[in-house]
Amino acid sequence: MKHWWKFLGIGLLVIASIAALRIPLAPALVHVSPDRIAPGPVDVTVTGYNTTFGNEVKVRLVNDGQSVCASSVAVLDASHLTARFDIPSGLRANLTDVVVDGFTYPGALFTEGLGTGITSSTCPEPTGAARTFAFPNRSILYESIRNLHFHVPMWFTMIVLMGISVFQSIKVLGSNSLERDLAAEMAVRIGLVFCVLGLITGALWARATWGAFWTNDVKLNGAAVTGLIYVAYLVLRGSVQDAHKRARLAAIYNIFAFVLLVLFLFVVPRLNAIDSLHPGNGGNSGFNDLDLDNRLRVIFYPAVLGWVLLGCWMYDLRVRAARLANIMDR
Amino acid sequence: MKPTEIAALLRLEVALDLRQRAAWAGMLLYVVSAVYVCYLAVKGGLGLATWNALFWIILLFAAFNALARSFQREDAGRQLYLYTLVDPRSVILARALYNGATMVVLSLLSLLVYALLLGTEVLEQADLPQFVLAVVLGGIGFAAVLTLISAIAARAGNGIGLMAILGFPLVLPLLLTVMRASKLALDGVAWSVTSTYFGGLVLLDVITVSLAWILFPYLWRD
Repeated sequence: MKHWWKFLGIGLLVIASIAALRIPLAPALVHVSPDRIAPGPVDVTVTGYNTTFGNEVKVRLVNDGQSVCASSVAVLDASHLTARFDIPSGLRANLTDVVVDGFTYPGALFTEGLGTGITSSTCPEPTGAARTFAFPNRSILYESIRNLHFHVPMWFTMIVLMGISVFQSIKVLGSNSLERDLAAEMAVRIGLVFCVLGLITGALWARATWGAFWTNDVKLNGAAVTGLIYVAYLVLRGSVQDAHKRARLAAIYNIFAFVLLVLFLFVVPRLNAIDSLHPGNGGNSGFNDLDLDNRLRVIFYPAVLGWVLLGCWMYDLRVRAARLANIMDR
Repeated sequence: MKPTEIAALLRLEVALDLRQRAAWAGMLLYVVSAVYVCYLAVKGGLGLATWNALFWIILLFAAFNALARSFQREDAGRQLYLYTLVDPRSVILARALYNGATMVVLSLLSLLVYALLLGTEVLEQADLPQFVLAVVLGGIGFAAVLTLISAIAARAGNGIGLMAILGFPLVLPLLLTVMRASKLALDGVAWSVTSTYFGGLVLLDVITVSLAWILFPYLWRD
């Protein structure tokens, strides 16, 4: 079957997109109030997300490895509960974690009345609930983590298409073939579509997590420069009339720009040691330590492959359409 | 590509420039006017970061202005004649070398005028040799990137407008690195910290010139 890769691409894309939107987020604790505790009785309200608080819920505080069990727990609904504690004086650490069943809210409570330690109580262990397949639930990211499967594949696809374009441009210099030149142009055009999609998904994600649509970040500068370079490439093409001359000038600019772009995207940030807000840069954790059980990767890699194949199909269609238009002109 | 060819081409460039002294005067006037406009606009009292940024913006535009001439002052017929006489690779290398030298002179003159008008308080705590090295490497880098771009724009038959569109995004990696290096030099940071940047700048310059050297022979043919 000649077109197997198109079916594969669309199949992967549909499955990965549905999975990316439908798979639930793992339960987690998202809010604890009040934010400080002092020795004496205190009511702590815990808000969860996607949690199933029931009557058997076990709540405790952990301070530097020493536990304080809840004296009573009032469950309001599946994601809200209030627990009463008798805080002893003499806790060792400044910050106390809240643990509800298997879930921890680290550093939830600022602790007053510090001392040299208490006698840790042994709290009842929760009955282990069956874990379902779910995306990691992290503060700041929350539901927006799904965007990983849309935002990042756009850039993968764009780089692949720009790579195809440069390959065709190198061939143009060797052969002076106008067919190759057409292919290089179409790869850039489709690549720019993915660049715009990447910018849009990125801007929305940035607004949700960092609070602004655009930040002065290395990767954002890289994306902006990439867009400018390839728009300039199209302007250059538009300003030369003779087809063979246009093919050669555009190919030279494309190769020159691509090499400088690779330097800009992958070498200059390392050289300048500029911190990026993106995961995996500047001390931020990458996504690979978010999903120790590869819950994101199972969806992410098929999504990347699906988008890349879709991009290649779009490129193929544009080249064939342009070729037919040329024949019609003649 | 022979050293004698390159030397002869460099002599040709110098002779052409000596014949067109007005062009050099134009470049200098451009820098002086740009700096003077900035001086009038800010009226003294610039912070270190702004002082640095403004200097590089002026230098960037001066570079575009100066290097646009590189391939546009000759008509197509004379260029063709040139390429039948010598290896085109010698032409691009000679041009890059000459433009590099031009930019070094122009950058240092700009720095002089800029420091004169916008104040030298910023330079007092700076590591001056480092800053001058950053300016020199930045100037050479602009020349390295813009020489090929100038050739492409000239071949496309579209003047300085096209050169700015093609050149700006490509100059950015260099500009960001050199601005950071010169900022560190102004802060008076030790060589051990800044040497990575200077190494990176030299690397960028070498890669850019090699690319121009590889690609230029395809450019002049019709």
